[in-house]
Amino acid sequence: MPKDLTLGEHLRRQGISRRGFLKFCAATASMMAMPPGMIPVVAAALEKARRPSVVYLSFQECTGCLESLTRSHSPSVEGLIFDAISLDYQHTLQACAGHFAEHIREEIIKQHPGEYLVLVDGSIPLKDGGQYSTIAGMTNLAILEETAAHAAAVISIGTCASFGGIPKAHPNPTGAVPVTDIVKNKPVINVPGCPPIPTVITGVLAHYLTFGTIPELDDFGRPLAFYGDTIHDRCYRRPFYDQGKFAKTFDDEGARKGWCLFELGCKGPTTYNACATTKWNQGTSFPIESGHPCLGCSEPDFWDAGSFYEALSAPAADVSKWAGAAIAAGAVAGAGIGLKSMRKRKEAAQAHDPVTVDDLKT
Amino acid sequence: MAELSEFPIEVHEAASAPASTQNVVPLLHEIRHALTKLLQSDESTTIDLLSIPMTDADLQALEEALGNGEIDTTITALGTSRIRETRYPGVWLIEHYNVADSLMAKFIEVTRLPEILKADPRDIDAGLQRLSEQLSNNEPDETD
Ligand code: SF4
Ligand code: SF4
Repeated sequence: MPKDLTLGEHLRRQGISRRGFLKFCAATASMMAMPPGMIPVVAAALEKARRPSVVYLSFQECTGCLESLTRSHSPSVEGLIFDAISLDYQHTLQACAGHFAEHIREEIIKQHPGEYLVLVDGSIPLKDGGQYSTIAGMTNLAILEETAAHAAAVISIGTCASFGGIPKAHPNPTGAVPVTDIVKNKPVINVPGCPPIPTVITGVLAHYLTFGTIPELDDFGRPLAFYGDTIHDRCYRRPFYDQGKFAKTFDDEGARKGWCLFELGCKGPTTYNACATTKWNQGTSFPIESGHPCLGCSEPDFWDAGSFYEALSAPAADVSKWAGAAIAAGAVAGAGIGLKSMRKRKEAAQAHDPVTVDDLKT
Repeated sequence: MAELSEFPIEVHEAASAPASTQNVVPLLHEIRHALTKLLQSDESTTIDLLSIPMTDADLQALEEALGNGEIDTTITALGTSRIRETRYPGVWLIEHYNVADSLMAKFIEVTRLPEILKADPRDIDAGLQRLSEQLSNNEPDETD
């Protein structure tokens, strides 16, 4: 799409009707975990949005993050988000373009200073001059510093870019560090997960497109809309946790009856991520639905946090808080799980958001 | 090599359906509240069902509680969307599917007519032009 067209014009040229556009906006707002009252705001903003250039850098990683992202790129509603950005540089996808691709990266930096987004997956090795990972003769460190210097913002895709991930796991042979150790003077949004959830990646892009700002972040730089609740907060096995019904092995009666996996090492109570609601594989399920405990893949140093199959030292801080709240609200009397906390968070998100329909009308 | 049937595999009944999250009744109360608002001040309400933790059993219970009303319609735009009025007039169940037929969004709308059903002036204009073009193309034929 020519860069001077707005997203609304671009979609109309593609023959997408207003109904299709409204559906896209409704799905996007839902994906961004926005209150439905914001749908008209999203529609008005996306109608006028212009597509930003995106440079995607891959460092020490397994390409799982890119797989996760490109798998969401079907000709679908989410796919439109990708039409709405201009992915100008991705060296894994452009490997055969060689120096030509490198040239494009340099051009973007020159032509759109302060306007393009940088997406990074993988961690950056610093040991021995950073020689453990180089692209076109440049170390990852040099490429990141050069590219991030003039970016509008940097989005760390996956746990390796966000927190160092597996390359940084003990004994960290390459001296791997996350993006935030290097980029200090730009907003950095962390989208951790191993891999990160595709709709969360597109949700962050959609937020940037809609509001031209970065979303509200938690203490680890993660967007609150997606990382505001623990897996445990939204887990469908939660009623069993509250009743003290736990599977003790992977094949006992409790496991067959779908009881809570806490004693099998579930890290759900301390893991902030969205998979319990967004699910994996086009909404099929998430790991706990397959009877496997959460590994804590979106938390810093999850790889070094002890065995995946060892129970958390109970009760974790928010476990006791939660159990108390459940009793106070009368779990037996039927207070809705998570309903209240979701509401509150959404209301807060709404209250913090400076954009309203009226703002966009003017 | 052994045949698959020779492996000693024991098949157990699938786990019983996950327990309810108890979110259905609070939701119905919310819908009742929204209907009152619609009647008194013509104010619409939208509830995003995918943002609320619910098991499949919960969703089914909710759909059963709401039942089917007089309208059940499908939109074909970027995949299908199903728009149903429930047995309570003004309470609509809206499901958006993508081209691959997976669910993208699911809402309850409490409103007189969901916005997405109305034809948009820009689409009407584009259609008007198509119709006019077709008529002017046909004209020479008719005069022969
Ligand atoms: S401990 Fe794990 S399985 Fe149990 S309720 Fe929490 S998240 Fe679900
Ligand atoms: S269940 Fe836990 S480890 Fe598994 S994908 Fe979700 S957050 Fe990551």
